[in-house]
Amino acid sequence: MIRVVLPAHLRTLANVNGEVKVDVAGQPTQRLVLDALEASYPRLRGTIRDHVTKQRRPFIRFFACERDLSHELPDAPLPDTVASGAEPLLVVGAMAGG
Amino acid sequence: MSKVRLLVGTRKGAFVLTSDGKRQNWDISGPHFAGWEIYHVKGSPADQNRLYASQTSGWFGQLIQRSNDGGKTWEPVGNQFVYDGVPGTHQWYDGTPHPWEFKRVWHLEPSLTDPDTVYAGVEDAALFRTTDGGQSWHELKHLREHGSGPHWQPGAGGMCLHTIIQDPRDPKRMFIAISAAGAFRTDDAGETWRPINRGLKSEQIPDPNAEVGHCVHRIAMHSSRPNVLFMQKHWDVMRSDDAGDSWKEVSGNLPTDFGFPIEVHAHEPDTIYVVPIKSDSEHYPLEGKLRVYRSRTGGNEWEALTKGLPQRDCYVNVLRDASSVDSLDSCGIYFGTTGGQVYASADAGDSWAPIVRDLPPVLSVEAQTLA
Repeated sequence: MIRVVLPAHLRTLANVNGEVKVDVAGQPTQRLVLDALEASYPRLRGTIRDHVTKQRRPFIRFFACERDLSHELPDAPLPDTVASGAEPLLVVGAMAGG
Repeated sequence: MSKVRLLVGTRKGAFVLTSDGKRQNWDISGPHFAGWEIYHVKGSPADQNRLYASQTSGWFGQLIQRSNDGGKTWEPVGNQFVYDGVPGTHQWYDGTPHPWEFKRVWHLEPSLTDPDTVYAGVEDAALFRTTDGGQSWHELKHLREHGSGPHWQPGAGGMCLHTIIQDPRDPKRMFIAISAAGAFRTDDAGETWRPINRGLKSEQIPDPNAEVGHCVHRIAMHSSRPNVLFMQKHWDVMRSDDAGDSWKEVSGNLPTDFGFPIEVHAHEPDTIYVVPIKSDSEHYPLEGKLRVYRSRTGGNEWEALTKGLPQRDCYVNVLRDASSVDSLDSCGIYFGTTGGQVYASADAGDSWAPIVRDLPPVLSVEAQTLA
């Protein structure tokens, strides 16, 4: 069970409160977590990553365990503490615009 | 008794304003989609309770929302806008080639006859269509693939397709406009397109009479006379009597002919409205006086409409999609400002009053006349 924290606008869009939890088979990666997230909440498709290229949107960042994972490869394993559910994966809207 | 519903898109959400036919007291609901930029909200002419909204964000991209109950509830529908084929390049601001990149939907134009069919004008400029109520969107690629496409260049607000006009007498004919490529027309339902910019003159571009490259801000048409078009260009108010084949300037006695919106009275095809703005570098009314100008002669002879509008210290703008008219017997006209005011006139512009003063900057206003 992977815990994911979404930014406020995406929680509203997905109609959820607090953290969301998704199941991923095998070693969790960013790609697999986002696949599972979009399968559970289709409204999020296109809002975190591009529909076609699957690239992270420019003003979206991923954090976990006090580390910036935004530039990790999509298929790189997530930290063990995220995989175990001890820590959440944070999806963050970058601070921008003043 | 007839009612009027205004669909207002702002920088921070959508608002739905409703009134009875007197148009004096308004109920305001919203913000819908709070915190998101709502570029445009428009209702289907074939089903007054079917609404579509363009919801966009620099962080989270594009969403399209649909309502089946006049804006009481909404549901997100398809938001995948993918250019058909390899999109190639257009010109960037500095004249270098720049890849076509989807950024947002500026304008949604529901079909005149089918609530499930909607056209979307997007940035970077292209025309998309859904025929399943917004679930899926497909590009009408022949516009973008017009031979002039590699020479199109963005206006200051981006290379947006902002105007879509359907000919009520000919379902295969449509007019669109792009900043800053110009106006185009199809007579075969989007299979082929032709630039319709002859007569436009833009001193700011290398060839003032070029086939494309004009910064058209808005085009308006009266449904009873689809061959007559009115245009607010970057500078100049223009008129065409031959479906855009040729244009002539009708700025006449306007104090400045820069502006964004242009509207046609619902029942008088030669009565038109503009909101003159000081200049391309100072986007606010001349002398701090917010004045709508009305011509009852299809242009050239204009009168200032000021009653109820601020006549001092007013430095707002009115954007291209931020005006509309209703179709009640005494035509109502509406506009929203970048200062968050929405003004209404229930007497064709003779007098005005603010419906609401403190919304976020208004991006779009659409009036629906409800049976």
